[in-house]
Amino acid sequence: MKHWLALVRPGDWLVMLASALLVGISVPTFWQGGLADRAIIRQEGKVFAEVDLRSKRQFEVSGPLGTTLIAIEPGRARVISDPGPRQYCVRQGWLMRPGEIAICAPNRVSVQITGRTKVYDSISY
Amino acid sequence: MTPSVIKLTITAEDRRVAWLATAAVGLSLVDAAIPSPLPGVKPGLANIVTLVVLARYGWGTAVWVSALRVLAGSLLLGYFLAPGFFLSLAGTTLSLLTLGLARHLPTRWFGPVSLSIFAAFAHIGGQLLLARLWLIPHDGVFLLTPVFAAAALVFGTINGLIAAKLLAESGPSETPHV
Repeated sequence: MKHWLALVRPGDWLVMLASALLVGISVPTFWQGGLADRAIIRQEGKVFAEVDLRSKRQFEVSGPLGTTLIAIEPGRARVISDPGPRQYCVRQGWLMRPGEIAICAPNRVSVQITGRTKVYDSISY
Repeated sequence: MTPSVIKLTITAEDRRVAWLATAAVGLSLVDAAIPSPLPGVKPGLANIVTLVVLARYGWGTAVWVSALRVLAGSLLLGYFLAPGFFLSLAGTTLSLLTLGLARHLPTRWFGPVSLSIFAAFAHIGGQLLLARLWLIPHDGVFLLTPVFAAAALVFGTINGLIAAKLLAESGPSETPHV
């Protein structure tokens, strides 16, 4: 072990340290927003509820076609049922990453996951 | 009809490049045989050869050995001109360019370990860049960056240590003609 250490020159330690820092920085940079911590439920484009993703809860949101059922669980959220004809938002399943969104357009309800930092995507733009 | 004989003179340098490239190709095959959790996360053992060659015979020889390795390695593993070939080429090119700059660092302070880490990061950088520009034109590619960067650090350090050991063992008797 000792003679392996002898092969590392002073600058090498610096390079190793700098690279380790770079790796450390790259995590929050590329895995933006970190963990999912809140869900925003919207009805007709207006915020219906902002929920912390900590406990198990269900929301019933009414829209022009009927009631959309949304489930909140620790770290994730999903649309359980929706009166819309194509069921896209239901089939999306669990949303767990910041920035993910399920839109039940016909019933004008959406659920979006947010993290600590705001994440932009093509929908925001 | 007189048979025309084309005689290529083989220099000692040619033989050396061929031998070193063979060693590098062999290590590429070993690399490919090691199961990896993610495509792209590989030890990159062939880089040990590149580092030793760089220190011993200079940058030009290192370029030759690497180019032959990428070519012959891809032929043997069956991905010549497939996307993987171009990824490999992009990574190797950027890493050689980086080595070309980094080798001018004072050797008293920066040894093969530093060069290896720089090369590993450049390699992954080149691959990610090409993947983003060409294969998957979506920023989602960069989601894997932290994993790749961590792998580059770990394997870069290990390969650098092995190269340093090889260079130390065979002694500085041979004068590196840089």
